[in-house]
Amino acid sequence: MTTFSDTEFFLIETVIKIAIVMFVLLTAIAYLTWLERKVIAHIQSRWGPYLVGPHGLLQPLADGLKFMFKEDIAPLEVDSVVYWLAPFLAFLMAFLSIAVIPFGTSFTLAGHVIQLQITDLNVGLLFVFAVTSLGVYSVALAGWSSNSKYPLLGGLRSSAQMISYEISLSLGVIGVLMIAGTLSLRGIVDQQAGLWAHSGLFSLLPRWNFFLQPLGFLIYFTAAIAETNRIPFDLPEGETELVAGFHTEYSSFKFAIFFMSEYANMVTVSAIATLLFFGGWLGPSFGPYWLQVILPVFWFCLKLFCFLFFYIWVRGTLPRFRYDQLMAFGWKFLLPLGLLNILATSFIVAWVHS
Amino acid sequence: MEILFYIFGIVAVVAAISVVFQRTPVYSALSLIVVLAALAVIYLLLGAPFIAMVQVIVYAGAIMVLFVLVIMLLNAGHEGPSAHRARFARWLGPPLLLAFIVEFAVIVWKQYGLTGAASAQPLDASPAAIGRLLFQSYILPFEVTSILILVAVLGAVVLAKKQV
Repeated sequence: MTTFSDTEFFLIETVIKIAIVMFVLLTAIAYLTWLERKVIAHIQSRWGPYLVGPHGLLQPLADGLKFMFKEDIAPLEVDSVVYWLAPFLAFLMAFLSIAVIPFGTSFTLAGHVIQLQITDLNVGLLFVFAVTSLGVYSVALAGWSSNSKYPLLGGLRSSAQMISYEISLSLGVIGVLMIAGTLSLRGIVDQQAGLWAHSGLFSLLPRWNFFLQPLGFLIYFTAAIAETNRIPFDLPEGETELVAGFHTEYSSFKFAIFFMSEYANMVTVSAIATLLFFGGWLGPSFGPYWLQVILPVFWFCLKLFCFLFFYIWVRGTLPRFRYDQLMAFGWKFLLPLGLLNILATSFIVAWVHS
Repeated sequence: MEILFYIFGIVAVVAAISVVFQRTPVYSALSLIVVLAALAVIYLLLGAPFIAMVQVIVYAGAIMVLFVLVIMLLNAGHEGPSAHRARFARWLGPPLLLAFIVEFAVIVWKQYGLTGAASAQPLDASPAAIGRLLFQSYILPFEVTSILILVAVLGAVVLAKKQV
């Protein structure tokens, strides 16, 4: 057996991790669409996809094939460079932020410690926000380059919405950052280990940040739903007003890319919510070594799944906001609430530290 | 690491030239975003991840989005070869540019010589250290800046407000 140097090992390890994460993520996204159609169907007393495979389980595969073999139509008057750039930008930004998300602890293989995370940045959370803020361009540029009025209106609406709610999104997590004192996602999770008390009622509660920052979590998750352009904040693609918003003129696989990026963004913001407020991969861990490596990943995926289910549940329950209501809600309610939460948290943190 | 610096340095310079020479305003704006992103990578290489991320969030993410939105709303099309280009700019521009480059080169050369700025002390660029600098050493300029920005925001609101 050949031995690798540390650099070589690092490179191979990273490439393998990226491949696995991408594979799992893409599969998860495909089945998220299946789950969404099924859950919505059951909420509305229907069966949902049922014909392709048992309970429609092969439907995502059929959808993917359909997208690939459909004719790719680009309207004549589009700005071709930007029109092509926009979906790839959307894909890139949606999948780039996964790189800093930890999904488990670490294990030792042949003397090397392998972190279950592609890369551990010490400003991981800021990286996610930076990438998310660049994601706005894909929507704005797609709307502009289509050279058609509905996409332009949709693109403008959704850029305005994403810029507005990005502020509340970041304000919501600042409370957690003040308590944790670090921007590293791994560090924030590690601080939530353990229980609130050794005995009594509180010994059942894990030390999740949610219990310290319930308001921060509500602000974060509301803003996250708006940031990912989902119902009840899916104004950019309000069908009755704008046909399909910014991706009206996109067909075939370019449309599929927008679709996948939206779901990847849902996964990202849900993962951040899990890591910051619900203890990430922390949970009961027992048994032999391999089980102790796998269980945290399982807990993380379970919590993530709950958030994704919640997304779909909300979609099946709530009607769409009107555009002025959306803006008023973001700027006049969510933003002041976020500032208030920060103010209160900073006073308490200062008081506890002194 | 050094090769990365050269790659992103070249990307930044080429994109900066593209900002000036693009005929379509949206392409200029996009090139500017590439410049800002490349600068962020250079900050990252210099060991200042916090500054790099803030660079992306504030400049590439927030300010340039507004630029792009305004360009899209104005629907500014292709800028044709303009006939009314000022004549003095054509004659005065290049010599002034040359003078500026020479001046800049002389200052850098006097400061560091030909060996480069290797003598610079590595600074602590962690978020905590920057926060301490902002809120302790430079608290007055920081607060004055924030008041300036507040005044600018109020001014913008007053200007944009409909007449009642």
